[in-house]
Amino acid sequence: MVVKGNAYNLEIYKDNHTWQEGDFQVFRTTQWSAPGCHNGCGVLFYVKDGKVEKIEGDPQNGWNCGTLCMRCLDILESMYDENRLKYPMKRAYEDRGKNKWERITWDEAYDIIEEKVRYIQKNYGNESIIAEIGTGRNVWWQVPWGCFAGLQSPNQTGAFLSGDSCYSPRSSILALMSGEYLTSDMSQMLPDRYESNEWVVPQCITIWGCNPIMSNGDGYLGHWIVEAMKRGSELVMVDPRINWLSAKAKHWLRLRPGTDAALAMAILNVMIKEKLCDYDFIEKWTYGFEDIAKAVEDMSPARASEICWIPEQDIIDAARFMATAKPMAMHWGVAIDQQPSATPAGQALICIAAVTGQIDNPGGSLVTRSAYNISLFSQEGFEDNITDEQKEKRLGMHKYPMRGTGISAMAHTDVVLESIETDGASNDCEQYPIMMQWMQGCNPIANMAAEAPRVYDAICKVPFNVVVDVVMTPTAMACADLLLPAAMGSERDSIRAWWWPLRAISKITDYYEAHGDEQILLDLVNRLNPSAAPGTEVADWVNDLLANHSDADFDFDYLKEKVIVWPEWHYYKHEKGLLRWDGQPGFNTPTGKIELKVDWLEANGLSPVPFYEEPHESPYSTPELYKEYPLVLTTGARSYEYFHSEHRNLPTIRAFHPDPLVEVHSETCKDLGLEEGDWVWIENQRSRCRQRIKYNNGLDKRVVAAEHGWWFPESDPERLFNVFDSNINNLTTQCDIGKSGYGAAYKCLLCKIYKCTEENSVITPTAQVLDKGGFKYERKRLG
Amino acid sequence: MSANGLDNQKYGLLINYDFCTGCHSCEMACKKEFGLAQDQFGIKVAQYGPVQNSGKKWEFFYMPMLTDLCTLCAPRVAEGKLPTCVHHCQAKVMQYGTIDDLAEQLKVTPKSVLFAPKCC
Ligand code: SF4
Ligand code: SF4
Ligand code: SF4
Repeated sequence: MVVKGNAYNLEIYKDNHTWQEGDFQVFRTTQWSAPGCHNGCGVLFYVKDGKVEKIEGDPQNGWNCGTLCMRCLDILESMYDENRLKYPMKRAYEDRGKNKWERITWDEAYDIIEEKVRYIQKNYGNESIIAEIGTGRNVWWQVPWGCFAGLQSPNQTGAFLSGDSCYSPRSSILALMSGEYLTSDMSQMLPDRYESNEWVVPQCITIWGCNPIMSNGDGYLGHWIVEAMKRGSELVMVDPRINWLSAKAKHWLRLRPGTDAALAMAILNVMIKEKLCDYDFIEKWTYGFEDIAKAVEDMSPARASEICWIPEQDIIDAARFMATAKPMAMHWGVAIDQQPSATPAGQALICIAAVTGQIDNPGGSLVTRSAYNISLFSQEGFEDNITDEQKEKRLGMHKYPMRGTGISAMAHTDVVLESIETDGASNDCEQYPIMMQWMQGCNPIANMAAEAPRVYDAICKVPFNVVVDVVMTPTAMACADLLLPAAMGSERDSIRAWWWPLRAISKITDYYEAHGDEQILLDLVNRLNPSAAPGTEVADWVNDLLANHSDADFDFDYLKEKVIVWPEWHYYKHEKGLLRWDGQPGFNTPTGKIELKVDWLEANGLSPVPFYEEPHESPYSTPELYKEYPLVLTTGARSYEYFHSEHRNLPTIRAFHPDPLVEVHSETCKDLGLEEGDWVWIENQRSRCRQRIKYNNGLDKRVVAAEHGWWFPESDPERLFNVFDSNINNLTTQCDIGKSGYGAAYKCLLCKIYKCTEENSVITPTAQVLDKGGFKYERKRLG
Repeated sequence: MSANGLDNQKYGLLINYDFCTGCHSCEMACKKEFGLAQDQFGIKVAQYGPVQNSGKKWEFFYMPMLTDLCTLCAPRVAEGKLPTCVHHCQAKVMQYGTIDDLAEQLKVTPKSVLFAPKCC
């Protein structure tokens, strides 16, 4: 028996949108961004005199079932932080980097934008304007639409995330192999959740390349997995670090970062050699099994053991369990994307889910779409607003053919960077310079940009920049000419549908002149291209989406009153003819089957089956470098406190986690004369940053794990909040990506660490970048 | 009357530390409910591990402990609500109830602790 928590008092917690409770008006809604995360939990805002005074988790919301993480519990500090942006502001071009802002009105701001956009469109072409977004902020469908409909440029993109290393690698290979997206089944499609008769508790949950209870990635609340564990699920955990989940796992495979493809191929090798696959499913629903068997033939567990630094027997045992446990749910994360082998690793993992027959079955890997098929992704729906000729000018489309699949309506990040650096000479389409950036909900130089000092140079090179955000960020301080204040989640109307069910976000309060991201983009489109605007109010836009771009038969008012609406869910959709455009059984692929071997890839010069490629900087591919930098560096592990670069400004959250941490084995530290809590320089051939040591004796002694997203909001804005001092992306690189165009080595580089002393800390990385012209090394170029 | 103002029963919290993920929600919920200072806690999560305590197997436990600041959320309970730590616990490993009831549950709930705080 396990503790399941108490039942909530449903006389107090109602299932309509609003009620009175003592002095408070209670509003039941969805919290999503800002601040950011990948979820959108059900919350109750307690409002007095127009001000939110309290938050609670909504017990009537089947997404989070009453719970909240520490970031929402601390949401008042986000909403009423003294550094929140209150008004639109402008700054003279020559004052970039200086804290010299002038308050203006929204109308003045739009006048400036309109004038600049028209000038650039006329003299350089629409495509000279780039729109950039950050992950986990509620801008993922709004900015693509605003870019196409308003700026009428084909170039919307993730802000300098090298190799598009988040979700796009997985989504593109999923689209090719299965025509769909796959997510692990923790009952999230069913309103009765864990009590539902239809759901089956997974016997095995394979968690690969993520720590979902902290990251909550990809529209998925990680603690759902804990509920399954309480009900008997056992874990296969693939992760270089020990954490709570890997310590609990039945099989923990501690792989060397970046070797996922080799491990997945070895697991397939065992399953196929020992005839543990689901041959009925393979026969009926897959294409290319013989080719896969051949592709993994040479990847024996013994060979993978050497590559991955995992004992051979552990690989065999895990493979046997994954193949025989029914159901087996596959849950994979961003670590797959953040290595040059992203695409082949993804191929091998999809093969594992398919040859074990664990597709769209209760407790397996679900074929998932957005609730009511609502088009809210950058791949679909909104491209009607640009011409085919315009699409031809999207950066990266010609160089990387796989960009036609998955979330593909995005310009390629590294190609964009090189385009800025070369004034368009390096473009893979017509040559044109980048003249303007529209940056909404992104803070690349603090967060996602590999080789952050290089990206700093690039964003400052662009002649005109608009930044939309909630607080002053290093990115805004560095390069914004116009700075627009964005609303928090409770200050905007919106919807949430990644993936299931459909949820309403209701505006219940205001903050000075901050506007919701939707409202800002609607205003922009109404200024620049009014015929494309579905009205002037956000409600008009949402109603247009519901009526014309979804299967829903209700409007926004209905959704707001209900807060959360579950469409009818179907398992085994491929058997029932519910997936294909022609209504036939099967999958949305040319063969109608899951394509273990992808002929399309072969026709486009890529490998149709998985293969193993060593990380580009590693003990084996660059042995000389390894001598000087004898530790394997993995980056970006999440914490409970922070969502990427957000939340560093909140006193209570920060007190839990005041400093950037690098995890190192205590014996490695002993050899290096270091102790827990020491500040160390983490350095490679490109540059360095400093973080504090935290022991993790579950790491391989040759591997260290450093945090990302650190800046210091309490420090001088004109020093860009010391954004480069602890920035692990000083060490990562741009333009060294997978052949498919996907995957950069955020997770698999080399480094050394040594103690920070007064002598070796005279020139900080921030000083090196801002005062000394940056770090000197040769910047990589796309091949 | 006990401190929570309900009746003569003593109340407490049963916590299943086997599935406590160390998410800090209980700590944050308590801090925000009672406006505690940065260094004050009504509940604080302790950690053991990760270590290989017995051979190859890893152990990694979190265990929330109640402090003397815990009132068992008397004002909330009086309104008919759950203690805010119990309400928000992400792994739903906390149970509020009478010590008698919780003690019965404890007998069949391995890796659990029963807290009878000062205020109970
Ligand atoms: S995951 Fe956390 S931050 Fe995101 S909505 Fe849920 S409680 Fe809020
Ligand atoms: S019961 Fe209330 S006062 Fe006690 S620890 Fe939990 S939240 Fe804090
Ligand atoms: S909220 Fe629950 S799971 Fe999180 S630390 Fe507290 S007791 Fe553990």
